[in-house]
Amino acid sequence: MASTRTTTISLRVNGETHSLTVDNRTTLLDALRERLDLTGTKKGCDQGQCGACTVLLDGRRANSCLQLAVAAEGREVTTVEGVSDGERLHPVQQAFLDFDAYQCGYCTPGQICSAVAVIEEFAAEWPSAATADVRPEAGPPKVSEEEIRERMSGNLCRCGAYVSIVRAVTEAAEAAKRVTA
Amino acid sequence: MTAPSLPITSTTTTESTPTRTNDAVGAANTRVEGIAKVTGQARYAGDIPFAELAYGWLVLSTVARGRIRSIDAEPVLAMSGVLAVLHHGNAPRLQPGVGLMGPDASTLLLQDDRVPYRGWPVALVVAETIEQARAAAEALVVTYDEEPHDVVFTADHPAAHTPEPSRLVQPDVERGDVEAELAASAVVVDEEYTTPEQYHNAMEPHAAMARWENGRLEVVDANQGSHAVAQLLAALFSLDLDSVRVRSEHVGGAFGSKGFNAHLILAVMAATQLDRPVRVVLTRRQMFSLVGYRPATAQRVRLGADADGRLRALDHESVSLSSAHQQFVEASTRHSRALYGADALRVRTKVVPLDVGAPSFMRAPGWTPGSFAVESAMDELAEKSGEDPIRLRVRNEPAVAPGSGLPFSSRNVIACYEEGARRFGWADRDPRPGTRRDGRWSLGLGMAASAHSAGVAPATASITAEADGTFTVRIAAADIGTGARTALILIAADALGVPQESVRMKIADSDFGPAFLAGGSMGTTSWAWAITEAAVALSKKVLPGDPIPPEGITAKADTTELVGGREQLESLGFGAQFAEVAVDVTTGEVRVRRMLGIFAVGRIVNPLTARSQLIGGMTWGLSMALHEGGVRDTASGGLANADLAAYHYASNADVPVIEADWVDDPDTYNPSGIKGLGEIGIVGGAAAIANAVWHATGVRQRALPLRLDRVLGAGA
Repeated sequence: MASTRTTTISLRVNGETHSLTVDNRTTLLDALRERLDLTGTKKGCDQGQCGACTVLLDGRRANSCLQLAVAAEGREVTTVEGVSDGERLHPVQQAFLDFDAYQCGYCTPGQICSAVAVIEEFAAEWPSAATADVRPEAGPPKVSEEEIRERMSGNLCRCGAYVSIVRAVTEAAEAAKRVTA
Repeated sequence: MTAPSLPITSTTTTESTPTRTNDAVGAANTRVEGIAKVTGQARYAGDIPFAELAYGWLVLSTVARGRIRSIDAEPVLAMSGVLAVLHHGNAPRLQPGVGLMGPDASTLLLQDDRVPYRGWPVALVVAETIEQARAAAEALVVTYDEEPHDVVFTADHPAAHTPEPSRLVQPDVERGDVEAELAASAVVVDEEYTTPEQYHNAMEPHAAMARWENGRLEVVDANQGSHAVAQLLAALFSLDLDSVRVRSEHVGGAFGSKGFNAHLILAVMAATQLDRPVRVVLTRRQMFSLVGYRPATAQRVRLGADADGRLRALDHESVSLSSAHQQFVEASTRHSRALYGADALRVRTKVVPLDVGAPSFMRAPGWTPGSFAVESAMDELAEKSGEDPIRLRVRNEPAVAPGSGLPFSSRNVIACYEEGARRFGWADRDPRPGTRRDGRWSLGLGMAASAHSAGVAPATASITAEADGTFTVRIAAADIGTGARTALILIAADALGVPQESVRMKIADSDFGPAFLAGGSMGTTSWAWAITEAAVALSKKVLPGDPIPPEGITAKADTTELVGGREQLESLGFGAQFAEVAVDVTTGEVRVRRMLGIFAVGRIVNPLTARSQLIGGMTWGLSMALHEGGVRDTASGGLANADLAAYHYASNADVPVIEADWVDDPDTYNPSGIKGLGEIGIVGGAAAIANAVWHATGVRQRALPLRLDRVLGAGA
């Protein structure tokens, strides 16, 4: 017989704190969708293989289907609903619109959360599998289409919008560099 | 308030009537639902909250053939939160003979104890929460009396037979003496090409919510045609069509898989039995046995030609996997019926029904596997005859459609070859294979032709002239990611002669009346026609300057007679695809470096989304060439790779720069000039890549996907 025990937790999502009692089996993804009505985060496979449920956990991307809600207590969760600055779209969101970097839109929230984190990862000078030279003296990895393809490969898109996703993320990453420069 | 001037009527412009505009179609427009999609506000079928919502979870058979001996529901019903266990012993009775394309046994769920294949629904568990439903479904003990099964598809399987012709199965063609022409040919190609089972895998799992509200069945579903689904539900559950409403506002991809599926039927059963809203969402793994797939094919192509490559004979036989439970025919010979003229033509289609779930339509059904076989064979003929692949194709341009004998409404494939060759740098290609290297990579270029039928089907639409000067269009169209909603706004704006901002587009609601599905690349064409006719009807009801009452003035149109009254022509979109690949001959790895597709697909409504649609299709072609293939476990009868970790499709890092563009293709066979371009992008892509792999290595690849072992083994 499966456990039916529950836990009352405090979840911090998009800057707001929510107190809720969850079934211990509840994933962060289901807590967001079914309890907080934050359905922008999508369930594509529910087993960490597609990236549609990507959110930011303390600023780093994570598959929310692989996190239990009870384990997310005390962490800062950012979903696609929390990416924009009020009515003003995040540069990644604007670039997705402008470059038509989506079709059905179902993988899009996860793609956008991933892309927001990818730009942060560039700023933090993290290398990827596509970084040719990871020695410190080689300098930080450069924003390139190859780097973005690699870093965005945890987010599947079945409509086949990758070509435009790469353009959109490149544009947003370059814009972010200009802002910090 | 007065009405703006409408296109068919007065040309007088007064102070109160805005200048007539008709330039929306053809300009790039971002999607009207774009902001909702990038901010997470777009609600898909599984996203809409309902009070008192219960959750259904499917239980699927674990044997491939047999009978259910027992279902031990009692312990599960005692579990926390469990509301019901539906099975063949207690489920509502359904009306047989119902289906999207004729009687479909797959709709008859929980009606008897038979198990036709592994992964067939045997129960639905309903509970208060997702967690409870899932745990209960996993705890349900079902026992079976197993019977032997057969899931091993081969072209020469004893069960192979020619299916009865139907609206979906064109009869075989035999014109001229293929054997005599082959015997007289200077060059002959005779090869077998195989394609595996391929799975749609839309990102959004199939989801439906059903509830009864004031005596009416209300459904929110992920589907490709809300009205068709409402009709089917009414028939299956013996209800009046008026008492069923189906909505499908946003759909997270479909590709042919979101017709009329188990999740919806079971949600309606549960909502009816429990009298409360029930949502059923398929798991990714369940999608592999419940929403169809492209069946495996084995295709033999025989080409006979004169020394200069002129075809004397084209013989194409396609054998495809089907289901003993519910037949589906993959019409792979569509490509050979449309592309090349030969003195003698023979096309034959066979199926092998086995103990597997029913295959179904998947992006460019028939065209996709058929083009792999025929376009690969044409490349082999080019090699054998020493002719350039493009010149060979041009030489064999038919005067009329080879299969039907009908004239083409237009055929601009040569312009696609020429423009594609120019932009891809085809002229610089050394025809000899294996001549270009880049370090450890062997490089090659390949091309193939694309084609897809440009059909149109009846639809109804209404347009309301509102008192505030705006217009509301209602049509049971579906936007499954194609950009249809936006395209139809542009169509309507031009038809009404108003700015697009004045048009409100309401779609995906069965209450709007009959309309063809988003399928067969026919959606936008069919819906545009109905909307244009509704605009004409409105212009006759509302004259410029007429007062508009608060409820507006509505005009309707139904294109059934117009569509049925056209002369018979062969109407197709065409294209040419080019690919450059790099092959690591020591590991067998194939990387696509670039692709270009040039298409002749009629009038382009929205260049921004049209390009996305074509590139998306080409991405599918790449994915089909390199990655995709369902693997049957012969012992269990199920699929060995039923998840996204094991069933691979292209990820971002697999996809290089892909360009798609088009040539002028005026064609008024459909009054709108639209041909539909949803699917043509996938047609020919895999052949272009396989042909490029030959060019890189000198070794032919006739089995998809082009796995490492196949690329390596072929050279041995």
